[in-house]
Amino acid sequence: MDQLVLDLAALIAMSTPLLLATLGVLIGERAGVINLSVDGSMLLAGMVGFAVAFTTQNVVFGFVAAAVVGALVAAVVGYLGISLGLSQTAVGFVLALLCTDLSSFLGNPYVQQSGPAVVAWPIPVLADIPILGTILFHHDPLIYAGLLLVPAVAWYIERSRPGLILRGVGERPEALYARGIDVVRVRYTAVIIGGALIGLAGAAYTLDLKQGWTYRHTAGTGWIALAIVIFGAWKAYRITFGCYLYAALQTIASRMQVNDWNVPTQVLQVAPFVVMIVVLAVVNSLSTPAVQTWIVTIPAPMQRLFAYITSPAPASLGKPFDPAG
Amino acid sequence: MNNLRLARAPLIAILVALLMTTIVLATTDAEAISAFTVMFSGALTSPSRVADMVMLAAPLLLCAAGLSISFAAGQYNLGIEGQMTVGGVISMAVLRQYADGGNVAVYWIIALLAGALAGAAWAGVVALLKQYTRVSEIFVGLGLNFVALGFSLYMVFGPWKRPGVASMSGTEPLPDSLWLPVIGTTRVTLITPLVAVIVLALFWFLLRATQWGLEVRASGLSQPASRRLGVPAVRRMIQAMLVCGAAAGLAGALQVLGVYHALVPNLASGIGFMGLLVALLINADIRFVAPLVLLFAVLTAGSIQLPLSLSIDSSISGVFQGFLVLAMIVARAFISIKERA
Repeated sequence: MDQLVLDLAALIAMSTPLLLATLGVLIGERAGVINLSVDGSMLLAGMVGFAVAFTTQNVVFGFVAAAVVGALVAAVVGYLGISLGLSQTAVGFVLALLCTDLSSFLGNPYVQQSGPAVVAWPIPVLADIPILGTILFHHDPLIYAGLLLVPAVAWYIERSRPGLILRGVGERPEALYARGIDVVRVRYTAVIIGGALIGLAGAAYTLDLKQGWTYRHTAGTGWIALAIVIFGAWKAYRITFGCYLYAALQTIASRMQVNDWNVPTQVLQVAPFVVMIVVLAVVNSLSTPAVQTWIVTIPAPMQRLFAYITSPAPASLGKPFDPAG
Repeated sequence: MNNLRLARAPLIAILVALLMTTIVLATTDAEAISAFTVMFSGALTSPSRVADMVMLAAPLLLCAAGLSISFAAGQYNLGIEGQMTVGGVISMAVLRQYADGGNVAVYWIIALLAGALAGAAWAGVVALLKQYTRVSEIFVGLGLNFVALGFSLYMVFGPWKRPGVASMSGTEPLPDSLWLPVIGTTRVTLITPLVAVIVLALFWFLLRATQWGLEVRASGLSQPASRRLGVPAVRRMIQAMLVCGAAAGLAGALQVLGVYHALVPNLASGIGFMGLLVALLINADIRFVAPLVLLFAVLTAGSIQLPLSLSIDSSISGVFQGFLVLAMIVARAFISIKERA
């Protein structure tokens, strides 16, 4: 039981970078911009964040620097993808590899150095609640911030007026353009804010969870974040569920290694990917015309359930917007 | 004059990449000129270095050639790393059946074919899910990369565990007689580059001289439009992915037979992704695959000497390659915008 509580607390903590990165990707994609550079962005931002914190001996400066780096990479994706209309996939992919190598090269002097890190801050009173206190309130400010960001982003996208505009720009930009909304500006803002979150996700590793810098520090977290956003059907809470599901399966995998069960660790470690692909394939099959004609014949609450499950990608995802066209 | 216009984008891209890389190099004590000298010529200074370069160029050539077919069909095959890995694992499964006195050549051929088939099957999953369930090929490809890596790790640490300690260095090496023969005292196996060149020639012919290639390209431009013109577009898209996966799987099998002589966990080691960089650089035009693969292999193999000779990290070659591809994509876009205006 105690072990389970500790595992759950660790789960909350270790999901933070993934959570920040997926929310960053989500904001950009809801506005119609794919930032495929996530993994490289996280590495470069995490490296720069660590270097700045190491030099200034100040963690806050490190996080600011990381957010700036993530935002700058996203701005490049924005300029090439939005303003020049290049393939966002191609640009993002090249930037992912370029930033990865940049982080390896520029970060060379900082490998294995020990620098400042975020300090644990159990929340007074709440931390003393049995079980729940240990799981939720025995962390550090960054992890609390990550937890609070989920409802904040969900509210912003689904309930607020700027969020409505954000979604509109990702779905039907021409309609919003006709109503006088500056589509290009909304997209730039979204992808840059998303990029800053991706940068913070990188620093969450180097300044908090893995404390310090080594090559390829993220171990592919950025690519996983991109997958989880698709798995979460571009909805903040489902994405969060995806992040915890992923982390939970990883935790179970490492536990089984210790307990010497018969299921090999490697199989469990890749299980989330198989689960995600299968779920997505099944869910998407539900939106084929044949299934759709069947769905209209079933009771309304069931129809709404299906509609929720099969929520599609933003209609203009990855497509450049040309007001003249 | 026309030639000069065609050369404009590459020239601008090279200059930008050199400039950006020089700026990055300025953060170290190393002189940019010496760093570039090592990068561009380090792989050519001794026969054994040339050999290492060739052994890197061959799988890269296979991946880039395959990708020019999947790109022609309009697919971003980011799953190529996994396809290569699975090709290596399955070829290893074949090679482990070998007993002393068996016919070596037969095992080589079966191992290479099995590797190619496995890579094709891995790519087939991506293509089928894309076509029939509309799941993005990028998502499935990336996911399956992780799955392939897990599969390979499982084999190395599980069923094919080295007697005693399992380790990241891989499985027990294959018997010497199964190793592809090398030229002289170098590490080059003649068969590896030969297979790569033959496959490139075959793909070139398929893509640019056959009805099949024309139909693949048509399906890449627009599936609905080409279907209306009577092109079996769905089948061509799936076939193009299968062909690309087969090339990647073949590359994986060749890595097992000619380079590692064992199954190592991270068999693909970024070669597939580098192939994607090459394909993006040349707009997936198969005519430019060979020279650019050679350039990337020279840069990558040359930069391995940088830590020893100039005490800087070898990842600078990746930095240069990344800037080159990015600058090339941007330069092409600017030129086409200017020409439209």
